[in-house]
Amino acid sequence: MTSGFWRRLLALMRKETRELLRDNSSLALGVVLPLVLILIIGYGMSLDVKQVPTAVVLEDSSPFARQAVHFTQGSEYFAPVFVSSLADGEAMMRRHEVDAMLVVPSDFSARFAEGRAELQVILNGTEATTAMSAQGYFEAGILTWAAGEGARRGAHAGGIAIESRIWFNDANTSTWFYVPGILMLVLTISGVFLTSVVMAREWERGTFESLFVTPMKILELVLSKTIPYFVIAMLGMVLCLIVGRVLYDLPMRGSLALILGESMLYLIVALTIGLVISALTKNQFLACHVSLMISFLPSVVLSGFLFDLHAEPAAIRVVSSLIPTTYYLELMKSLFLSGNYWPLIARDTAILLGFALFFLGWAFHMTRKKVEP
Amino acid sequence: MEIIEAKGLSKVFVLKDGKQVTALGGIDLSVPEGQLTALVGPDGAGKTTLMRLVCGLMTKTDGSLQVAGLDVTQRPQAVQDLLSYMPQKFGLYEDLTVQENLDLYADLHGVTQDTRQQRFRHLLEMTELAPFTERLAGKLSGGMKQKLGLACTLVRSPRLLLLDEPTVGVDPLSRRELWQILQQLVREERLSVLVSTAYMEEAARCEKVYVLNHGHFLKGGTPAKLREVAAGMCYKVTPPEGMPLRSLQSRLLAEKSVIDAVPSGGVVRFITRGNPVELKPLARLSLTAEAIEPRLEDGFMTLLKEDVQEQGGPAVQTAAASSGQMGTFSERSRVAAPVEIEVHDLVRRFGDFTAVSHTSFSVHRGEVFGLLGPNGAGKTTTFRMLCGLLPATSGKISVAGVNLRTARIEARAKVGYVAQKFSLYSSLSVYENLRFFGGAYGLYGAHLYARIQAVLREFHLQDVADHAAGSLPGGYKQRLSMAAALIHKPEILFLDEPTSGIDPLARRTFWQKITALSERGTTIIITTHFMEEAEYCDRFMIQDHGRMLVLGSPEEIRQRMRLPDATMDDIFVAIVEQARSEAEKDSKAKGAVS
Repeated sequence: MTSGFWRRLLALMRKETRELLRDNSSLALGVVLPLVLILIIGYGMSLDVKQVPTAVVLEDSSPFARQAVHFTQGSEYFAPVFVSSLADGEAMMRRHEVDAMLVVPSDFSARFAEGRAELQVILNGTEATTAMSAQGYFEAGILTWAAGEGARRGAHAGGIAIESRIWFNDANTSTWFYVPGILMLVLTISGVFLTSVVMAREWERGTFESLFVTPMKILELVLSKTIPYFVIAMLGMVLCLIVGRVLYDLPMRGSLALILGESMLYLIVALTIGLVISALTKNQFLACHVSLMISFLPSVVLSGFLFDLHAEPAAIRVVSSLIPTTYYLELMKSLFLSGNYWPLIARDTAILLGFALFFLGWAFHMTRKKVEP
Repeated sequence: MEIIEAKGLSKVFVLKDGKQVTALGGIDLSVPEGQLTALVGPDGAGKTTLMRLVCGLMTKTDGSLQVAGLDVTQRPQAVQDLLSYMPQKFGLYEDLTVQENLDLYADLHGVTQDTRQQRFRHLLEMTELAPFTERLAGKLSGGMKQKLGLACTLVRSPRLLLLDEPTVGVDPLSRRELWQILQQLVREERLSVLVSTAYMEEAARCEKVYVLNHGHFLKGGTPAKLREVAAGMCYKVTPPEGMPLRSLQSRLLAEKSVIDAVPSGGVVRFITRGNPVELKPLARLSLTAEAIEPRLEDGFMTLLKEDVQEQGGPAVQTAAASSGQMGTFSERSRVAAPVEIEVHDLVRRFGDFTAVSHTSFSVHRGEVFGLLGPNGAGKTTTFRMLCGLLPATSGKISVAGVNLRTARIEARAKVGYVAQKFSLYSSLSVYENLRFFGGAYGLYGAHLYARIQAVLREFHLQDVADHAAGSLPGGYKQRLSMAAALIHKPEILFLDEPTSGIDPLARRTFWQKITALSERGTTIIITTHFMEEAEYCDRFMIQDHGRMLVLGSPEEIRQRMRLPDATMDDIFVAIVEQARSEAEKDSKAKGAVS
């Protein structure tokens, strides 16, 4: 009985691999597309903003205050113009000569000594992306200075209360931020799209009707469909990993074994989602659209890949928490940029495992050796 | 010993909107072991559902079903282990070669290496696929694909073989070869075969035939027993000089007592319950009918007709044919009429594949011209070029006196086109579809309204004018397609495979309509893969692999081939064999020279 299992599984996998190799579109989708994506995002879509025109308003013109905003000079992120009154700064802002104002109030030095200094950052909201990035730079610059100053004085530096969310991305390179996201995209595309389409293709061409009356078991069918695409997807992911490392010096603070292991787990989730979609639609065109709507788009938009989930409304965050991608992405970002943080790894692994079992069960429930309409 | 035994077997589908459709309504079936059993019936009769139930791909709603004494519902895998099934759309993997397809199925069935070599050699020899083992299945012709499908189902010796319409759209030569293989298998391996088919001459080769209609068996028994149904009711009659067969056939079919009439080999065959002397069309033309032996098809048509009348369905023939609607057939030779379509040295290539090769013909006004050939012969490609939907690679086409290369729009205003697939708007009503197409052809106002009313009447669509087109049954859809194509009174009507997938009774009505149109002077070009429909055409052309094999009237071609009583299938086979032997001679002659 077991020998029959292996013989049939091998025969089906051989067939699947031949079809895959002869139909270049699967390879293109699984391997070439990820590489193109990573190059485009790495070189073209970097969200870093450089040379932000900034008015630095020094109402307090003491050397101490000048020192506090010194970080704007000699940085590639800012192109500062120094003015002495708020009115001058406002005028420049109106004329669109500057996109940001950093205001040092006249009592800055005095209040800093008391531990309650305030700096004001005013941004041009019409350029939302630039503004958000610039805000981050300001916060990081000021905090760095304040920390240094506090250490030098031996006093508590809580005087400047600015919360920066960009903790681990030291160089603030958005490419680093996006590479884990691209890995996620590769696995989602290969997993969900390829599997759902190749299964649906068999329903459409009527090949299942012939296969179903052979002694083949559903488990063999499901395995033969998933294993070749699992290999393709992992190949694409490893290629992206190498490219990220070589071209962008992507840090890998966590262990490589964990990164690969969690990716395989997520890939299994994606493959089983693909199986469920194909069993429900039985039609290539429909399978493609459903994959796009329920797996690919949410993965891009709702998982924290493009938009920071902390900034989303609560309702959206609930939706995000229902998508397996969210947990995988969280894991990857943490593993790449911060390190092996075990509580997070344990929690997210458990959640992904749960998703995998759920969709696997559903896929087996849906795929029967029957052709009922 | 019975290999399949069903009692009160039924299958009910529940649609998404909660409606129930009875595909099989309590049938009793017994298929004897070691014999060929045929399942015949119109499309939608429930043949495929029955096949799928037998091989456990569907679950029955009620009744009992046993295969070799095993209950199919309880032990589907055990049943599947002893049968092989070839679905209508056989699942060949088109990206795999012939050999790889065979290997896959042999592996799945666990055929051992030593029996495999012997079995493959035998199968490849039988199917004549041995020279093509390295070819991708997707690149085989339609007939070769069917044979490979059969070979894949036979990689091991099953006890029961189920074949669902294995020969639809396949050329007559391949069909014959396929049946020879089947008969050989039954003889050599005592295989039990259940085969569904739309071709009566195939059913006639079986030991037992079941006639299925609307999910019920009308009758089951030996072919001789089914022929008996029409015994003493079959006649043939020869039309007067100059009268097309279809004109006489159409008039006979319009008579109440006539069950069926078909043009066949220069005569019209018909079945009537009454005395043929009392038939008005015969009396008017002072023709005498001659009694003939019934064929299986006659029995089948009689059963179907009786069933339709019992069910209170529409009396099919009367639909089109109150003879007032018909024009008069013209007695002058059609070839004397002006040329409407002229095709000269037409070629169409797709990459390095030649779909249509050096084809020339002309069609005269008021003629019914047929493009015949198996699937993949190049009919549809030729047809699309004629309609101006596809540019030709080289050659000249003129339609209604207009050169298609320079003035496609003008030519299109003069033609109506009915596509093979239903290509009207499913969510619009019948009326809205007609209004849209009328508008698209430039009709408006009172004239448009009058034309819509006229075609609704002509095609008996008044009652369904407000129904969504997509919700109509197949026969209605086809009539609506015709109505839409004729709304602007075109001089030429193009019909692409209008008769595939509609039941035999609807096919008769359809040809009646075509006859009426041609009698009113419309030129009709029609493609079909039913060779026998050539009998309805004034002239026809047979294509195969893109080449034009023959062109002429049915009578001329019979004379030329010296096969006076042959069916169109026989003629196709004779022509292909002749062409092949000539090609062989040529290559031998060349070999001798070099």
